[in-house]
Amino acid sequence: MTNDLTRLSASDLASALAAEEVSSVEATQAHLDRITAVDGDVHAFLHVASEEALETAARVDARRAAGEEVHPLAGVPIAVKDVVVTKGLPTTAGSKILENWVPPYDATLVERIKAAGLPILGKTNMDEFAMGSSTEHSAFGNTKNPWDLERIPGGSGGGSAAAVAAFEAPLAIGTDTGGSIRQPGAVTGTVGVKPTYGGVSRYGLIAMASSLDQAGPVTRTVLDAALLHELIGGHDPHDSTSIDEPVPGVVEAARQGASGDLAGLRVGVVKELSGEGYQAGVSARFDESLEQLRALGAEVVEVSCPSFAYALDAYYLIMPAEASSNLAKFDGMRFGLRVEPAEGPVTAERVMSATRGAGFGDEVKRRVILGTYALSAGYYDAYYGSAQKVRTLIQRDFAAAFAKADVLVSPTAPTTAFKFGEKLDDPLAMYLNDIATIPANLAGVPGMSVPNGLSDDGLPVGFQILAPAKADDRMYRVGAALEAALESRWGGPLLSQAPDLKTTELAR
Amino acid sequence: MSTISRDEVARVAALARIDLRPDEVDRLAGELDVIVESIARVSEVATPDVPATSHPLPLTNVFRDDVPEPALPVQDVLAGAPQQEDGRFAVPQILGEE
Amino acid sequence: MTAATTTGLVSYEDAVRRYDPVLGIEVHVELGTRTKMFCAAEVEFGGEPNTQVTPVSLGLPGALPVVNGKAVEYAIRIGLALNCTIAESCRFARKNYFYPDVPKNFQTSQYDEPIAYDGWIDVELEDGAVFRVEIERAHMEEDAGKNTHVGGATGRIHGAEYSLVDYNRAGIPLVEIVTRPIEGAGERAPEVARAYVQTLRDIFRTLGVSEARMERGNVRADVNLSLRTSPDAPLGTRTETKNVNSFRSIERAVRYEVSRQAGVLDAGLPVIQETRHFHEDDGSTSSGRVKSDAEDYRYFPEPDLVPVAPSREWVEEIRASLPELPVARRRRLQTEWGYADAEMRDVVNAGAVDLIEATIAAGTSAAGARKWWMGELARRAKQDEVALEDLSVTPAQIAQLQSLVESGRINDKIARQVLDGVLAGEGDPEAVVVARGLEVVSDDGALLAAIDDALAAQPDIVEKVRGGNQGPVGAIIGAVMKATKGQADAKRVRELVLDRIGR
Repeated sequence: MTNDLTRLSASDLASALAAEEVSSVEATQAHLDRITAVDGDVHAFLHVASEEALETAARVDARRAAGEEVHPLAGVPIAVKDVVVTKGLPTTAGSKILENWVPPYDATLVERIKAAGLPILGKTNMDEFAMGSSTEHSAFGNTKNPWDLERIPGGSGGGSAAAVAAFEAPLAIGTDTGGSIRQPGAVTGTVGVKPTYGGVSRYGLIAMASSLDQAGPVTRTVLDAALLHELIGGHDPHDSTSIDEPVPGVVEAARQGASGDLAGLRVGVVKELSGEGYQAGVSARFDESLEQLRALGAEVVEVSCPSFAYALDAYYLIMPAEASSNLAKFDGMRFGLRVEPAEGPVTAERVMSATRGAGFGDEVKRRVILGTYALSAGYYDAYYGSAQKVRTLIQRDFAAAFAKADVLVSPTAPTTAFKFGEKLDDPLAMYLNDIATIPANLAGVPGMSVPNGLSDDGLPVGFQILAPAKADDRMYRVGAALEAALESRWGGPLLSQAPDLKTTELAR
Repeated sequence: MSTISRDEVARVAALARIDLRPDEVDRLAGELDVIVESIARVSEVATPDVPATSHPLPLTNVFRDDVPEPALPVQDVLAGAPQQEDGRFAVPQILGEE
Repeated sequence: MTAATTTGLVSYEDAVRRYDPVLGIEVHVELGTRTKMFCAAEVEFGGEPNTQVTPVSLGLPGALPVVNGKAVEYAIRIGLALNCTIAESCRFARKNYFYPDVPKNFQTSQYDEPIAYDGWIDVELEDGAVFRVEIERAHMEEDAGKNTHVGGATGRIHGAEYSLVDYNRAGIPLVEIVTRPIEGAGERAPEVARAYVQTLRDIFRTLGVSEARMERGNVRADVNLSLRTSPDAPLGTRTETKNVNSFRSIERAVRYEVSRQAGVLDAGLPVIQETRHFHEDDGSTSSGRVKSDAEDYRYFPEPDLVPVAPSREWVEEIRASLPELPVARRRRLQTEWGYADAEMRDVVNAGAVDLIEATIAAGTSAAGARKWWMGELARRAKQDEVALEDLSVTPAQIAQLQSLVESGRINDKIARQVLDGVLAGEGDPEAVVVARGLEVVSDDGALLAAIDDALAAQPDIVEKVRGGNQGPVGAIIGAVMKATKGQADAKRVRELVLDRIGR
């Protein structure tokens, strides 16, 4: 029975809870047991909050028993990426500089999750300060891809994706600045969504790049993602950049899309992201998916976005610049790690430098210094200033493309999950993992990755769907349609083809 | 030709208040050099006629009313403080002047 | 050894004869909004440390700023009062630097897009001369927290063992006003500097945007000064003097810097561009820490905030709602009150405008009000070494006093005694008159009795007066006044005496 509960989608679990076939305490305990059984190997979680989760579960069960109306997802457990502040639960952003820091407040999206009564299972692992594409830059060890424990789960949100792929949680929260939800989704065979910029509140997200960051759902099905998106999305007066409009009808779109009728839909294949230079199996699955969409009635057209060739460069100027400023607050004065210099006078300035030198990992140092350089006197126009202009060009290319197509598609990532250490010595090679996902962050448009098959190496591949800003529902419709068609062909979700994880005996 | 020299890395690290070991400075100089050379391409297309975009969405005039919300309880404020005294954060001596 | 110790000070008078001073003044004003600039923490003077912070003003990870609309309105008000253009669209920018009282290690401010710019303000000096100061810009930003240095001999930064930081002040809205170089003030530069900041202070109070108390740090001034050999010569190197905490200090700081820089230049040495610190005790300035490289603030547009684009309708609404500004008000009142220029100047310089206005509102004539406030009350204020407004008497009470005199119930001399009573806290003038029995004797019968006594005592006077010489009447009047302890209307006494003698 325990195993069954963890295999349910969030939506099915929610139905079972609503029908009182199972209690939230049982469901939560089942997931906690699963975490105990496999997380020793997977290491998706940095902190497991068993007590708090079971308390929440018990409260929801009591409310339901008392006949109170509860949120559709009430009682369904969820994991939260450790870049999101959770009051009373340690929040590290994957960094030594925040080891053991306990925030005194909740992120807005956490407030919404708590208000709806979802038990929070714990905080998931990530690349330090969300800087990375493999979770290898976490200060607290690697997370393993449940498909192959010697391979990366993607990044920066590898923990959330792995947790969901390993059935440790039916739902998880991720954040996406350059692909950190979508790329892990692709390499772990899960669904990952980056909403329109401003669609989900950033209040309480430990900021990396303020104009690019977005929080979003990490799930096993498109419908689950839609349900979670609806819960966490919407205007927040605490976030000046949040959209003051209701969340687009994503749940309805997902349900409708699953019916499989895409007649009249124009699907644009972005020439610059079409997979030249991508792994053969990735391109092959992509082409097959295009065929599948045609079979469902969609028209596939080619579009060109020439400025995308500069997207990676612009991103690696804008993001480090903003991050260098956002990370200045980590200085050992008010919270977090404080390190005194080994010798010489103990001044505030020297303690700040010693703390940051000891507390930040290599990738963070690389980006902070790059960003500081890009903003410093004499370099602004050439670097940061220029990158913001490329952003304009990318937005214009998107606008032109969306005039010809309702959604734009590409493979989510150029390769399947690579082995640990393969790209660590070559930062530029690591950055190339995000080449297909970055343009959406620069323009602010929403993007989704849905699993669309296995590559020749037997590892999952993802299909990326992009929609115009505020038209998130469109990608849910297409994603749901593709998912339904593919799962029908596979005879079940892609994840059922993943190898079973070895389980540790539960200590009783 | 090296765009980012060792000295430049050291200068920027000081500006960013990050202590680097000498071997770190060396390694960073090499890595950043490669990165900077490639991203410098952006200035090619960033011609004067193209306006900069600093926000993905064209919002303006987002204001809040001048109405108070509860402050953080002082014990929460100081909870994470590495050092505190008399309800204030204790920080090492400050030599700089602003 | 710095140049200041190796070169002497040139006398101020000599320095301004040979050099032309150019001023630049930066004023920061703390806005009197209820909450902070970017978060809803309540602002209250003197709270317990760290009790007025939210995650935003504490700079905690994940926190985001949201602009206080009231602060924007106040900033626009200030810009309009300073005759500035209000930007159609402007953005906030991050000014990045590391300092423990700056919780995010960057200040959210405005860089190349201030909300107001290209303005001017007329500054009136004590002798009535008017000087126009051009305003380059006024922009919005947030205040930093407060460091208290602990340990070390003097408690100042150098030699301190550590510091304690209170973030209550962090995030309070500020408007920074920057002048264009102020040229042509010549020897009056110190006065102009002082008068400029005073004028701003008065404007802030009138607009209701700040309590504007320099001693509380609501208004802070940094004074920049450079010297050049003549008005045609290029601008010299300027120094910036901070920690100038009162109007008087502003004047003194300018004087000192003129003298000091003249001494440096006379010695053939260059003036070092630096930040200097003003010393209250002896009016000197000293070198701050010279920075080895200019601080690189790496300004970039604040990505967590969206542009502020005040509609022209909103700006005009605000403009229409502006109260009458101090200078315009003074000119109007002078005309209404019929004071001569010199008279009005004295009133303004004595800080008596509001007091006189209130006294007139309570029923006194303009001349009557001025008589009291600029006469007897000014004398007493000077004697007690207090400001006029701090005397223990209200405009309403002065109005009552004057009306008692005008009605003849007391005379001027008695009135001074009544004033003593009021200042001593004995109550309103009416009450003091009654309590002390100071009312002028208005009963003719009683007066006649006293007159008859006096005439009886000096019989020869009657003859003299009847003979045509009215002079000696004064002696009778004097005697009557003495007999009534001064509580007689001298005019009435004279009438009665003449009448009596005439008979």
